[in-house]
Amino acid sequence: MTDVLPAARKVRVDIRNVSLAFGATQVLRDISLTIEPGEFFALLGPSGCGKSTLLRLIAGFNQAQAGTVEIDGAEITDIPPWKRDIGMVFQNYALWPHLTVAQNVAFGLEERRLPRAEVARKTAAALELVGLKDFGQRRPNQLSGGQQQRVAVARTIAIEPKVLLLDEPLSNLDAQLRVHMRTELLALQRKLGITTIFVTHDQEEALSISDRVAVLDRGTIQQVGTPMDLFDRPVNRFIASFVGTINLLDGTARAAAGGVLFDSPLLGKVELASDHPLTGNASIAFRPHTLSLATADRAGAADRIWVDGTIAQREFLGEFVRYRIDARGTELIADQSHFGGSVEFVPGSAVKVGIAPAQVRVLPA
Amino acid sequence: MNNRLSPAHAAIALAIAAFLLLFLIIPVVTVVYVAFTNSDGSLTLEHFFSFFQLTLMRESFYNSLYVGGMSVLLSSVISLPLAYFTMRFQFRGSVLIQTLGVLPLIMPPFVGAAAMQLLFGRNGSVNLILNDCCGFGIPFMEGLNGVIFVEALHYFPFILLNLTVALANIDSAMEESAQNLGASGFRLFRRIVFPLAMPGYLAGAALVFLKVFDDVGTPLVLNVTNILAAQAYFRITSIGIDDPIGYVASVIMVIASLIAVWGSTWLMRGKDYATLQRGGSNLARRKLKPWQAVIAYGWIVLVLVVVLSPHLGILLLSLSKVWSYSIVPDVYTLDNYVTIFRDSTGMMGNTLLYCGIAAGLDVIIGTAIAYLILRTRLPGRQWLDLGATAAIAIPGVVIGIGYLRTFRDFQLPFTNEPFTAFWLIIAIAYTVRRLPYALRSCMAALQQMHVSLEEAAENLGANKNRTIYRVVVPLMAGGILAGFVTSFLTAAVELSATLMLVTAQSNAPMSYGIYLYMQSIAGRGPGAALGVVAVVLVGLGTYFSNRLIRSRAAGQAALMLKTGV
Repeated sequence: MTDVLPAARKVRVDIRNVSLAFGATQVLRDISLTIEPGEFFALLGPSGCGKSTLLRLIAGFNQAQAGTVEIDGAEITDIPPWKRDIGMVFQNYALWPHLTVAQNVAFGLEERRLPRAEVARKTAAALELVGLKDFGQRRPNQLSGGQQQRVAVARTIAIEPKVLLLDEPLSNLDAQLRVHMRTELLALQRKLGITTIFVTHDQEEALSISDRVAVLDRGTIQQVGTPMDLFDRPVNRFIASFVGTINLLDGTARAAAGGVLFDSPLLGKVELASDHPLTGNASIAFRPHTLSLATADRAGAADRIWVDGTIAQREFLGEFVRYRIDARGTELIADQSHFGGSVEFVPGSAVKVGIAPAQVRVLPA
Repeated sequence: MNNRLSPAHAAIALAIAAFLLLFLIIPVVTVVYVAFTNSDGSLTLEHFFSFFQLTLMRESFYNSLYVGGMSVLLSSVISLPLAYFTMRFQFRGSVLIQTLGVLPLIMPPFVGAAAMQLLFGRNGSVNLILNDCCGFGIPFMEGLNGVIFVEALHYFPFILLNLTVALANIDSAMEESAQNLGASGFRLFRRIVFPLAMPGYLAGAALVFLKVFDDVGTPLVLNVTNILAAQAYFRITSIGIDDPIGYVASVIMVIASLIAVWGSTWLMRGKDYATLQRGGSNLARRKLKPWQAVIAYGWIVLVLVVVLSPHLGILLLSLSKVWSYSIVPDVYTLDNYVTIFRDSTGMMGNTLLYCGIAAGLDVIIGTAIAYLILRTRLPGRQWLDLGATAAIAIPGVVIGIGYLRTFRDFQLPFTNEPFTAFWLIIAIAYTVRRLPYALRSCMAALQQMHVSLEEAAENLGANKNRTIYRVVVPLMAGGILAGFVTSFLTAAVELSATLMLVTAQSNAPMSYGIYLYMQSIAGRGPGAALGVVAVVLVGLGTYFSNRLIRSRAAGQAALMLKTGV
C-alpha cells in the first residue's frame, strides 16, 4: 500500500498579506498565516467570515487583489488551479455523475498523463485506503453520503497533492457519521503526513481534531493557536464567545501590581492577574464550569469572589447541569457536574456564585 | 394529495382521453393501419416494398434523414461556441441569447425561405458580391443545402437555449474539482462540461430533428420536393386519399420522429445531471484573451447577421416591386401591403379565431391534466400525459392525412358539409399539435406550487373545487398564460397540418396565405408582406406576454424551451 501512495513530502504554506474583495465587498483583509509542514490546520469562523474564500484562494479559484501564497517558499499566486497540485475536497463532494467511482478517482491521474497501468494501480490503492475497494464500478449516486465523501477524498489524495484542502468536509453528514468521519480523516492525514487545511464553522470539529486553528471573523484573523490556547487564552471577546460557552462582564480596568484592577457593577473592584496591562473599558471572561454554586445561607470559601443571585433556569445536559443565574440583573451561566448525590438547585432558589480569580481572563472591551 | 377517487376527476379524465383518442390516436392508428393493409383489409407489407422500389421515394427517405441530421449538425456547430462563450466567459451575451431564442418562435423558416433565396441563392446578394470581388460563389441554397441552411438558422436556438440552461445548471464545484485535479481548456470541456450538459444538448437536438422532419413548407418554397413530408403531401393531394404510398411515407416519418424522441430520452435515462446544489456558487467567468475575444465576438456577429438575414430579406421583399439579379431591390413600393389588406384580411381573422380556440382548449386540457397527475391518484393518469405529449412526435402532415382519412365519411348535421372541409378541424389540429407546449407550461406551474398551499385552504374550510378556484388557478395563472401564448403563437405559424386541411380560400389562415403567395414569383411581394404582418403580430404578442409573465413566473420561458417549444 504505502509503496503505491507514498507518504507525502511535507510542505509549508505561507499566506502573506492577502486582501480580497468581490466588487465593493471586502472579504479578506490583510491575512497572513503560516501552516507548518504536516500540520492539520483548521480555518474556523461563522458563515460569511471569509474562511472558504481563503481556502479557494489557496486552490487558485479566487484571485487576491494583494498578497501572495507560497508553498515551501515558492510563490504560486499566479499559477492556474490545474497546475497547482493542491488537492481540494469540495463541500458537496462534486463527484461527476457521468463517471463511475473508479473513473472519478482516476480522473486526475489521467490528466497527469500517467501510464494506464499506474492509473489503475493508484486508483485501486486510493479506493482501498478509504475502504471502498469494491465500489469502483458503481455510480456516485448509488453511494451513501459517507461513501461519497470517501470517494471525494480518494479522488483527491490519488494525485498525491502537496497540500490537502477540505471545505466543510463533514457538514453534509448526519451527526453520528460526522464524529466517525472526523477521526477517520485525522487518521488518514496522520498516515499520509500531508499538510492539510480544513474549513469549518463547527468549533467542536475544529478543536477536536486540528493541530492548530485560525479563527476568522469579518475577513480578519482573530487568533491563531492550538485548540487549548483558544479555549483557555482567548485574546478578545469574539474568540471568547465563539469558542465554547463563556460569561462576559463589562467594566473598566487600570494597571495594578502584577495585573489589573477591574471595576464592574456586579463585582465591584477586584484585582486580577493579566499578561498585559489594560486601561479603560475592558471585559472579563470566565467559563461556566469554573464557577461554584452554594446555597445563599452558606459562607463561601475565601479564595473565590462570591456574588448573590437567583436560579432563573435549569438545563440538564447529562454530564452536567447548566444553571442560568440572575445576579442582580446580570445573567451568569454556571455548569455543575452531575453525578449520583450531587447537589441540585431548583429555579427560584437563592444561591451564591463563586468565581475563581485565577480562571478569569481580562480582555479589551 | 387527495387519496379518494372522485367521480368528477374520473369524468374529466375520460373526456380528455376521448378527445385524445378521437383526434390523435385514432387518426394516427388509421394512417398506420392503411399503410399495412390491402384494400380488402388483409395485413400486408406490400406497400412498403412498392414504396422502396420507387426511386423517388427511396431518395426522399434518404434526403429527409440527411436534411434532419445535417440540420442538427449545423445547428450544433452554431450553438456550441455561443453557449460556451456566453456561459463561461465574461461576455455580454444574455441579451443576445434572448434575442436569438425567440426568432424561430416569431418566424417559421418557410416564411423567410424565399428571401433567403434572394440573399444567398446562386444569383442572390451574397453570391453577386462574392462573384464581383472574388470570382466565385458559394452554393448555400443549392438543392438540399438550402433546406439545411434555412432550417438550421431557424432552429438552432432550440439547441442553444437547452444547452445554456444545462450549462447554467452545472454546479460550479463540478468544474472546479476537475481543474483542481489538473484539467483545463478543451479537455475540461470534453471530459466534464459537455458530458454533464449532454441531456440538455440531446433534448435540443431531438427537437431540431423533429421540427425539420415535420417541415413541409420550407422545402416546397425552395422547390425541393424529394423529401418525405412533401411526398406524403403530394401523394395524398394529387393522387388521392386512397394512395397507400402517402401512408407509408407518413408511417416512416412517425417512426423516425419517435426514434428521435425516445432515442434521446433512452440515451439519457437515469442521467438527469441537474447538479446544482444548495450553496453552489456561480463559477467565476473567465476573461477572454484578446485573440479569443476577436474570434468569439466575430462568431457572434456573423451568426447574428446571418440569422437576421431572413427577417431583413422578407422586409425588403415586401417593400420591393422588382428584385432579381441585384444585391438589393431596384424599385420600392407599398403596393404589396395594399394588396394583402385588400385580399387577405379574412385570413388574418381566421388565424386569430383558430389559434384562439386552440390555445384556449390547450390550457384548459393542460391545466386539467396537470392537476390530475400532480394532485390526484387517479389510475392511468400518466397515460393522459403520455398521450398528450406524444403529439410532439407526430408530424403535421401525418395529423392532416389522419384526419382526412378518419373523418372522410362524416357529414356535419344540417348542412351536410363534409367534416373534413369544416374550418373547426383546422383549429382542432392546432389544439392537438400545440397541446404538449401548454401542458408542460401548466405542469411546471403546478409543480412549483407546494401542496401545503392547497392544504392550508382546505384546512380553513374551502372544499376541493373552491380551493382550485381560489388558490390553484390564481397561482398557476402565470404558467397558464405562458402556455396560452406559446400555443397561440406557434399555432399561428403552423403550416404542415394546415396545408392538408385547408379546402377553401375562405377557410385559410395566414400561414396558408403566405405559402400560397410564395408559390409564384409574382406573389412573393404580397407573401412577404403578409409574412411581415404575421411576424410583427407574433413578435408583439411574444414581447408583451413575456413582460406580463416575467413578473409572475420567472424562468418559465427556459422551462418551456427545455420541454419542447
